[in-house]
Amino acid sequence: MGRAARIMVWGCAGAILLGPILLGLWVSLRASLGVFPALGSVDLTLAPYRALMETPGIWAAMWLSLRTGLVASLISFGLAVTFVAQARGSRLLAPLLAPFLAIPHAAIALGLAFLIAPSGWIMRVIALPFDLQTPPDWPLVNDPAGLALILGLIIKETPFLIIVMAAALSQLPLTRHLRIGASLGYSRPQIWAYVILPQLYPLIRPPVMVVLAYGLSVVDMALILGPNTPPSFAVMVMRLFSAPDLALLMPAFAGAVVQVVLILFALLALIVLERLLAHFGRAALRRGIRRTITVPQPVMALPRLVMGMGLFSILCLGLWSITWRWPWPAPLPTTWSMRLWQSAEWQDALRVSLGIAGASVALSLILALLILEAHGRTARALTPLIYLPLLVPQIGFLFGVNSALLNIGVASGVGGVIWGHILFVCPYMLLLLMDPWRAIPRPLLHCAASLGAGPWRRFFAVKLPLMLRPICIAAAVGFGVSIAQYLPTLFLGGGRVASLTTEAVALASGGDRRITGVYGSLKAAVPLLAYLAAFLIPRTIWRNRRAMREGVV
Amino acid sequence: MKFKYLLSALCLFIAPPAMAQTWQETLDAARGQTVYWHAWGGDPRTNSYIDWVNEQMQARFGVTVAQVPLTDTAEAVTRVLSERAAGQDTGGAVDLIWINGPNFLAMKEQDLLFGPFVSRLPNARFVDLSPDAPASVDFTVPVEGMESPWRLAKFVFIHDSARVPNPPRTMADLLDWARANEGRFTHPDPSNFMGASFLKQALISLVDDPAALQRPVTEADYDALTAPLWAWYDALRPLMWRGGETFPENESIQARLMNDGEIDITMSFDPSYAAAAIGLGLLPDTARVFVPEGGTLGNISFVAIPYNAAHPEAAQVVADFLLSPEAQAHMQNIDNLGAFSVLDPARLDAEAAAFFADLPQSPALPDLADLGPTLLEPHASWMTAISEDWAARYAR
Amino acid sequence: MSLVVADLRLTLRGTPLFAPVSFAVPSGAVMSVMGRSGIGKSSLLAAIAGHLDPQITCHGTIHLQGTDLACLPPERRQLGMIFQEPSLFPHLSLGDNLAFGLAAGGGREKRRAAIDAALESAGLAGMYGADPDTLSGGQKSRASLMRCLLSQPRALLMDEPFAALDMELRAEMRSFVFAHIRAHNIPAILVTHDPTDAEAANGPCITLHHI
Repeated sequence: MGRAARIMVWGCAGAILLGPILLGLWVSLRASLGVFPALGSVDLTLAPYRALMETPGIWAAMWLSLRTGLVASLISFGLAVTFVAQARGSRLLAPLLAPFLAIPHAAIALGLAFLIAPSGWIMRVIALPFDLQTPPDWPLVNDPAGLALILGLIIKETPFLIIVMAAALSQLPLTRHLRIGASLGYSRPQIWAYVILPQLYPLIRPPVMVVLAYGLSVVDMALILGPNTPPSFAVMVMRLFSAPDLALLMPAFAGAVVQVVLILFALLALIVLERLLAHFGRAALRRGIRRTITVPQPVMALPRLVMGMGLFSILCLGLWSITWRWPWPAPLPTTWSMRLWQSAEWQDALRVSLGIAGASVALSLILALLILEAHGRTARALTPLIYLPLLVPQIGFLFGVNSALLNIGVASGVGGVIWGHILFVCPYMLLLLMDPWRAIPRPLLHCAASLGAGPWRRFFAVKLPLMLRPICIAAAVGFGVSIAQYLPTLFLGGGRVASLTTEAVALASGGDRRITGVYGSLKAAVPLLAYLAAFLIPRTIWRNRRAMREGVV
Repeated sequence: MKFKYLLSALCLFIAPPAMAQTWQETLDAARGQTVYWHAWGGDPRTNSYIDWVNEQMQARFGVTVAQVPLTDTAEAVTRVLSERAAGQDTGGAVDLIWINGPNFLAMKEQDLLFGPFVSRLPNARFVDLSPDAPASVDFTVPVEGMESPWRLAKFVFIHDSARVPNPPRTMADLLDWARANEGRFTHPDPSNFMGASFLKQALISLVDDPAALQRPVTEADYDALTAPLWAWYDALRPLMWRGGETFPENESIQARLMNDGEIDITMSFDPSYAAAAIGLGLLPDTARVFVPEGGTLGNISFVAIPYNAAHPEAAQVVADFLLSPEAQAHMQNIDNLGAFSVLDPARLDAEAAAFFADLPQSPALPDLADLGPTLLEPHASWMTAISEDWAARYAR
Repeated sequence: MSLVVADLRLTLRGTPLFAPVSFAVPSGAVMSVMGRSGIGKSSLLAAIAGHLDPQITCHGTIHLQGTDLACLPPERRQLGMIFQEPSLFPHLSLGDNLAFGLAAGGGREKRRAAIDAALESAGLAGMYGADPDTLSGGQKSRASLMRCLLSQPRALLMDEPFAALDMELRAEMRSFVFAHIRAHNIPAILVTHDPTDAEAANGPCITLHHI
């Protein structure tokens, strides 16, 4: 690619991926300081922040968000380490866990809310043997401490961190270091703490930060599992944005900015924690004490328990979708029915979701391929571009983007939603394509060139077929990311774009678990099918090509 | 810059013409339009009723009705506000809103509504629109033709008669009942319409001078008038489900809690809710309606058209169809929606009355006589004041 | 005189890789390039073919049959390349790999006939649809060469093409390659570590040195 083309690609990528975020943040920041010309407000003032701070329960909400985000991230990290430290052949794990990744947060949350509720599935199963006449009055879901929300985040984030860790571990001489450590007399947990983790952590630090930022600002999962008096901070800000009182709009923007600050604060806390652990770890290491530490069996089983809960959550959704009545304390539905699947309402939402996901994945793929081609082999410089959309909280900039779009006369609709999805789909696809792209064997491309193939032919006849597998996987993950988007669909669609996710969250407030079950199952099934397709398509196309099938290239 | 001019020129071009002269002209203009009806989407029965309306509108008037399901009606109001803030005075995203109470007050006060239009709807002749009639006053705010009624709401409690054969008869009895059945009662979060309505129902039952509630809140009388409410509530709260720390988001979630056996009493603004919900498998077969002595709050749900709606003609045609005897009877049928009609039975002619003649019955469906007197809604500012006060007192 | 390189110098961030070289390879001849590992033998070939790593700069001139190659992109230089690892495209069948190489033009049947003939001359008759990954090392090497020759290169650049083969196969491959070079009457450069390769090439030989 020529220099001019390269600069153009960078310009486009910046405008499409970073532009809205920076613009949205700028609008939010200005509005939070009282400058919102559309409302006739032009003077700098701190009044929106003062108004925000006077909202009842605001401090509790901030503390709740910080606490749930940090605790969930730390526990997920711990569980992921526990899992990879005992798993052999983690290469084999990835394909098993990846589908888990594809299931949207809201689907897990909807299922989990029923699984663990006082009148939920677990309780119904033990109600007869324990002779429970009425469900216990325990705050197991929407609890004030946010424990259910923490559990939901853990279920979703642990498999993600496991996959990230497994990929990073394959770059380390794990077996060798474990043997050396053992021969020097250290127990396995000690070797992991002293030798493996310090090497592993720098490789997975950005994803850990994404998990933390996400846990702190998640809206859909918090709506379903989190407490509501007060709710988590992000939910509170979203409620301010959708309050009928215009006077609350600028405090809402102040909340959006505070949400960004909260995340920066949490990241800072994470960095302090990293330093402290490194310091004390090093000090302990220097003392040279060998100690046989055995991790108790129940702790070792925790990651599997967590993933099991995730599976049962999805099962709950499927079960409810074919239920007519399931009264307490029956362990299974008493009346079954396919009526809710037969009603046609979900089909429109499914079509909308598929259309948006298809369009945003296709456009993201084109953009990602252009960026990768323009960038050649120095793809590391892409990292900030990739992580910015994943670190900045959606609530911090989406409403700002929406008002900026309205200001220039662009009405909200499907186009805006697709753009909004690309902001998150494209970075994930780049993340997945970066390494395979770098690993394309150079001699093949040189051969092709010497055989007279120009850049276009090399791209379409050699690179794309070679990259079919990673492209399919990236597309499947992008599909899942798009299906899961809640706030971008809601805000940029002007509420008119009814996707599976917006419908599912709206229906969750309606209390009919059976319909929620239909939408939740679809939300889980669509990304799973996309993943299955990503797995099968290359296998079918390359059924006669051993090297391609086995992923040697 | 050029682009911006071009856009505004385009907007002028596609902007709707000034208000149509005759109803026939409105019908003609409406043909082919799509009405984006922003309506709370948490109730599947309402959603499928809106689907039915869409089918009928397409067949009869060539108008498509697309429901935009909301989790809170305030979202639509915000939408219109942010459009005006952005200078989008035509071609707005919202054509029709299911609205009443504070949201209507907010939109009316800020001139965000289209109209008055109600009096020109042909089917408005079946509605009692005299100045003091329920359809003319929305939470003490005069409607003045800016919103059109479509369904009747009246506060009722629902109990599981298998567990609670003798439900409490007054608000004071409810406290005694809660003492005897700790953790078996709750109400929706007062940030939700239904939750705030419960507090209002309690206020109106406990206050010494209910007439004072018809005036806007003043600081002078607020504390004195609400003191009995908060004393009663402070006693009740620790006895509620989850110790009064957490509340269901809305009445549908609360009905689910009752269906799950977590609580014994729920509430609704729809007297036929229990009958319909039993039919849908959403409440136990033994669910029954009861109302406290002295009567309960009642109000009417309306539809309003934003000032910048893209399709005001079609929106009026929808509002008119919602008032037609056929649509009202279809709505009142518990097999469909089961919401009580807003039409005045005295004004129905034989043809119109025939639609209501053979509606199905159910043991969980109360007679109008069982429902007791309808109490006037307090001024809308009371609802805002007590739900904010509640949040300040109990949200940590 | 057909491949003429004059005063060629490669520098990596200002440091020259080897002492400047000048040479001319006549048509039909195979010039051997020798030198220590890492001195830049492969980079020399990359410079001629146009695949040079952007971090390395190239000075001097390269002419092929009178045309200056410097300003041509690699795909227009018409230079065949053979690597140590036979670089067949893993996603194409054996025949399609050859079709990729075959210069455009000619009808479908004519092209097919040309490929079948090439396959036959490489001892791979009837294997058009074969998966490249299932071939033996020698078969892959011969197929790579045939793919290269089908593109009608004006010169051939070979980067240790026989290093991965065992002794017996190596001799056989050498005579196969050299015979085709002579038959096509094009200049060729052979980078190798093995003096017997240079001997068999029976042409000029240069050795790269540090400055």
